[in-house]
Amino acid sequence: MKKIASIIAFASMLSTAEAQVSGGYKPGDKATDFNLKSVDEKIYSMANYKDAKGFIVVFTCNHCPFAVKYEDRINDLARKYKDKGYVLLAINPNDPAVQPADSYELMKVRAKEKDFAFPYLFDEGQKIYPQYGATKTPHVFLLDKNLVVKYIGAIDDNVDDANAVKEHYLENAIAALEKGKNPSPDVTKAIGCTIKKK
Amino acid sequence: MSSQRFILALFFSLFCANLNAQKIASFDKYEDLEKSIITNENTIYVINFWATWCAPCVKELPHFEKLNAENKNVKVILVSLDFKDQFETKLLPFLEKKNIKSEVVFLADKNYNDWLPKVDKDWSGSIPATWLVHGNKKLFAERDFENFAELNNYVNNFINQ
Repeated sequence: MKKIASIIAFASMLSTAEAQVSGGYKPGDKATDFNLKSVDEKIYSMANYKDAKGFIVVFTCNHCPFAVKYEDRINDLARKYKDKGYVLLAINPNDPAVQPADSYELMKVRAKEKDFAFPYLFDEGQKIYPQYGATKTPHVFLLDKNLVVKYIGAIDDNVDDANAVKEHYLENAIAALEKGKNPSPDVTKAIGCTIKKK
Repeated sequence: MSSQRFILALFFSLFCANLNAQKIASFDKYEDLEKSIITNENTIYVINFWATWCAPCVKELPHFEKLNAENKNVKVILVSLDFKDQFETKLLPFLEKKNIKSEVVFLADKNYNDWLPKVDKDWSGSIPATWLVHGNKKLFAERDFENFAELNNYVNNFINQ
């Protein structure tokens, strides 16, 4: 009986811990920088981009069909905004022990196949995504040059068809940032694949 | 004779597949789906949001099938969030192959930001997610179920609350 009680106590402790972690950032919070390895074996950190006007941090992965639907759009955004001073950094948050298709080696393969125009980083040990509060792939965080979170959520409002998009949430948010305004909406919701953890 | 029989069988199976396909209601707007599936305030609805591309969703489907078959107090509804271009090519073949008996509806509404909060304001958007509805009593959880007993206990706790 005592044992059951202690298991219940432990389980409820676990669930509280999880609730706190899943809180993550809200617009206005300062985001953490990171030192993560990309598919080119180099370590990337936002601190290395001294002239960036902002950062588009995209949690995404190889295996998720929802993320795959957005791959080309993410690539286009990286190219388009590079010229405007915004740096797109993609981070794979999944544990390859749970989802083998998201291993570092297969990230390299995918990046080459799709000719990714952005660093594709691996959240080794899964230290970064819980701080951001990413819950799924794809999940976007737009940061200003001081790493203050300006927008969280979806890239746009139509996963099925890039040509049928009515609201370009992320691009609208960047446009607001350009004008020195706060994006509206600054949080959007979308479906995605749960981040894989043990 | 045997080839005739074969053709007959083929026709019959095509016909059945077609019937199966017609049974799946498709909705472009979430509001229409909700109006169509939640019709009785005395019914206990177990509404599971899933997609064929979502591995953990597919993994837990048998538990929902079993719940639908064994727990006569509830009505299971599987809301597919599959991609529109995979309705014919993936969803329908999947339902046939797995012989899914629970009611399946297809939601094509991609304006997630508009409708996800109507289910639950805290839904971050990951699936699987399950929504229990009994009149005004509602319980939403962004989670999966390891086994049938876990799901069944979860639902029974809701009923007895």
